[in-house]
Amino acid sequence: MLLIHCPYCEEDRSELEFRWAGEAHIARPENIAAISDEEFAEFFFLRNNEKGLTYERWRHIHGCGRFFNAARDTVSDRFLMTYKAGLPKQPIPVASKAAAIAEEKTVETWEATEGDAR
Amino acid sequence: MRKYSVFAIAREAMRAHKGWEAQWTSPEPRSSYDVIIVGAGGHGLGAAYYLAKEHGITNVAVIEKGWLGGGNTGRNTTIIRSNYLYEESMDIYEHSLKLWEGLSQELNYNVMYSPRGVMMLSHNIHDQQSFKRHINANRLYGIDNEWLTPEQAKAFVPVLDISKTARYAINGAALQRRGGTARHDAVAWGYARAAADRGVHIIQNCEVTGIRRGPGGEVQGVETSKGFIGANKVGVSAAGHSSVVMEMAGVRVPLHSNPLQALVSEPLKPIFPCVVMSNTVHAYISQSDKGELVIGAGTDQYNSYSQTGGLQIITHTLDAICELFPIFRRVKMMRQWGGITDNTPDRSPIQGVTPVPGLFVNCGWGTGGFKATPGSANLFAHLIAKGEPHKLASGLNLDRFRTGRLIDEAAAAAVAH
Repeated sequence: MLLIHCPYCEEDRSELEFRWAGEAHIARPENIAAISDEEFAEFFFLRNNEKGLTYERWRHIHGCGRFFNAARDTVSDRFLMTYKAGLPKQPIPVASKAAAIAEEKTVETWEATEGDAR
Repeated sequence: MRKYSVFAIAREAMRAHKGWEAQWTSPEPRSSYDVIIVGAGGHGLGAAYYLAKEHGITNVAVIEKGWLGGGNTGRNTTIIRSNYLYEESMDIYEHSLKLWEGLSQELNYNVMYSPRGVMMLSHNIHDQQSFKRHINANRLYGIDNEWLTPEQAKAFVPVLDISKTARYAINGAALQRRGGTARHDAVAWGYARAAADRGVHIIQNCEVTGIRRGPGGEVQGVETSKGFIGANKVGVSAAGHSSVVMEMAGVRVPLHSNPLQALVSEPLKPIFPCVVMSNTVHAYISQSDKGELVIGAGTDQYNSYSQTGGLQIITHTLDAICELFPIFRRVKMMRQWGGITDNTPDRSPIQGVTPVPGLFVNCGWGTGGFKATPGSANLFAHLIAKGEPHKLASGLNLDRFRTGRLIDEAAAAAVAH
């Protein structure tokens, strides 16, 4: 289960309190009746589905109820940062990027954890 | 390829089983092929087999990043059924079910297809109305599906709790008797053996890193970890990684990749005669021939390629299993794993041509691709060979997201899949 930092409550809370709400930073067309079918399909259906860094929205539905944005690595599921809705796409701080890379190199095996402990 | 038979077993028994040959070879890739298929799961291997068998195209390579059948083919809960609501879905899943029925004979490989029945539990009036609508639609289309009372359901699955006071009381069930299970690995292996026998190259541990396109935009081949391999036709059948592979050719597909988990119990004596699924409380369960209870959980809510999922998803499913089948409460779970499913907005698959000439796609099977393996492979081979979809798969095109002609099984299906 993910542990998610809500930027409004300023707390790490369990994933059970949140709903994933799709890719972030998608602007609804100003005049949706005027766009072509291709543009509508692009806006409505096509998503990046990145392997790696992704920007996405979450909603703290069983908490403050607010939407916010998050940057997450879809391979490790690690959150790199969360930030308030309405802010532009945030660059990833170098420290959390380095931490994510370090984490990826950590291979947890039974021998490395349970085995040593015994 | 030497045929498997009772005589072969007898012959090998006489000589300490030293004469069995490798089921498929692992050749070095040629510099080019007529067709390249990306992804050696059941769908990809099957497509290669049908290309060779039905369309006479044997200069084919199936390129696989990992090992054969190691993705979702080896990770699913092996449920087979065709009781979908819409004609586009019924066409392809029923085509598939008919191929399942003769697949072991056709491949000379025991895929252990077992039409033991798939039962879907109805818990409320909405379920009942929805299932009866499915049953009527299916029967009008010539697909078997029938309504059972709780008592009839109990007679079919004696361990089911149908008491009125049960936490998840049931008010009936839909049963497709021809539905069932098959052995997932055997499907991949059977297709691989039969395809390799017809000259198809299966290239494992070879990751596709790019799709090369010519001046006119047409496909020229794929860049791989073993170098460039040319082909004028490339079929992408990469399940959870379809977005990643299609992006290499600059094609965006409407997919979300989500983890889906499954788990198995310790082996038990035969106790569970069919497949039972409940959409409302989310539980899928069957018993493998080895005796393990095979349980399917739900998908996680977020996009991920991690092949793991949250523990709360599994416990939610086990809660439901323990309520529906109280006798399983003390059964120990032995293994748990995750796969990456590729889900479309309308929860129906995508199979068709793409804006890139020579590039074909077969993806979006989401959480229900195993049952479609033979049918999907068969029709994907037709698509690649002819350059246009077979009429049974024509509704599954990528263009439907532009035209709006969706196949909305998401709202109408008896289960998420």
